[in-house]
Amino acid sequence: MSTETLRGKTAVVGIGETAYYKHGQSPDAEFLLALKAIQTAAEDAGIDVREIDGFASYSDDRNDPSRLAAALGTKELRFSNMQWGGGGGGGSAALGNAAAAVSAGLAKTVVVFRSLAQGQFGRFGQGVVQPTISGEYAMSFPYGMMTAAQIFAPKVVRFMYEHGIRQEALRSIALASYHHAQNNPRALMNGRPLTEEKYDNSRWIAEPFHLYDCCMENDGAAAAIIVSADRAKDLRHSPAYLLAAAGGSGYRTAATVMNGASFASSHFTSVARNLWDMAKLGPQEVDVLQSYENFTGGVLMSLVEHGFFKASEANEVLTLENLRADGGSLPLNTSGGNLAECYMHGLELITEAVRQIRGDSPNQIQGAEVSFVASGPMVSPVSSSVFGSEATL
Amino acid sequence: MSTSYLNPGLPAPTWEADGLSRPYWEGLQNDELKVQQCHVCQTWQWGPEWICHKCLSENVDWVPIEGRGLIYSWTRVWHPTHPALKNQGAYLAVLVELPDFGGIRMLGNLLGDPLQVVTIGAPVTAVFEHHSDAEIPHTLLQWELADR
Repeated sequence: MSTETLRGKTAVVGIGETAYYKHGQSPDAEFLLALKAIQTAAEDAGIDVREIDGFASYSDDRNDPSRLAAALGTKELRFSNMQWGGGGGGGSAALGNAAAAVSAGLAKTVVVFRSLAQGQFGRFGQGVVQPTISGEYAMSFPYGMMTAAQIFAPKVVRFMYEHGIRQEALRSIALASYHHAQNNPRALMNGRPLTEEKYDNSRWIAEPFHLYDCCMENDGAAAAIIVSADRAKDLRHSPAYLLAAAGGSGYRTAATVMNGASFASSHFTSVARNLWDMAKLGPQEVDVLQSYENFTGGVLMSLVEHGFFKASEANEVLTLENLRADGGSLPLNTSGGNLAECYMHGLELITEAVRQIRGDSPNQIQGAEVSFVASGPMVSPVSSSVFGSEATL
Repeated sequence: MSTSYLNPGLPAPTWEADGLSRPYWEGLQNDELKVQQCHVCQTWQWGPEWICHKCLSENVDWVPIEGRGLIYSWTRVWHPTHPALKNQGAYLAVLVELPDFGGIRMLGNLLGDPLQVVTIGAPVTAVFEHHSDAEIPHTLLQWELADR
């Protein structure tokens, strides 16, 4: 184990979201959404937005920090950071990058943000229309394997086959997100509950994913502000201390044409080990979990690979009773997450994890001290993070 | 003659500007399945890369192989995500493991009834699906069950 650590050195002190929209329905340009979320996070923290001196994001976010800084009247830009690759898998890594920058003295006030207007820039869930295709995509696209649901489905099929996992396990993950969204006024699926029957009768997208196993596609923006632990104590909210962040993937994970060394995987095995090492705690100490649902099967594998339960236990552990905030032993995706709150590329999972430490989630776990986030499974690099209250330091 | 598994109109595969996968695509057009094998340490490699992942040699050969393997995983796609697939209906994609060639995996459609029961571990053989009439002629590697 490394003696160098980020544990407890920084904290999230402000969070912000825009209103969330169905894809293509944001009245605001994507850049304006980013500005709004960052301003809201600064207000939440009680920090002048012009004091933000660093910006961190992931998945090639289009909203360039220098333009953001110019628009916001940033006094001095000191950190401008992009996590390379991995789409939504970069969320917790961006948080780690921001915390590392603060902890190493590269910047004092760093905002982690993500903004998406899929109406303005095209949707994730559609293949591009063009005459030719080359590179790795040439080996999959002509077979009708062109979007995330199609590409990730075989990983989950294989994992379910190897471990005898039933469709009901995936269904429970979807039910939990929808259950929690009913208490969350921000959630796009608020007022639209999901039942077992509705799930079972929903159409297939790509087996083993029904419609409700797949994330939404949305417009909006979210942001979280990170400062040093010392500074965090004097600010408005109880700090959500970053106990650990880890990113990456194991040996040859991204070998092309699905030739990764561990195929039936969310790619968290090596990352989880580093995460728990830094956090100096394990899955048994976690009070509440946010696990990125690009597809429910990714959540299943993320939870197994972070050690919350064994693959052989998945059928018994993954029930709505266990996953709900009101009384469950493994409360999961308590804002509704990507399935039912908003597909904010997983940044909405980070803001929800922070809320759980502060005590102001719409589905609050009483006395939550340790809050876990897994960002975008099945890609490379993936990342995950752990927040703790002051008592965990 | 339209005998392709999927409707026409999907992008035609081509090699990259740097030409990395050119021997593969040219091989398919001649009914030849070629994958990479390291000249130095004999490690099989797929997808293509400029060096061997085992010994890092640049001396990587394109070797013709027999297209036979086992279904490693699969999905049946129902929701069309490209205009060409709008009236396609369900279709099957399989990931095939080639135990005789270092356990490399290759992707393709599983020919035949798209609603068939797919069994992991079932033996399959390669089929060269020529798209000679396409605007940009090309050949796709496809798979069919071996024992029928």
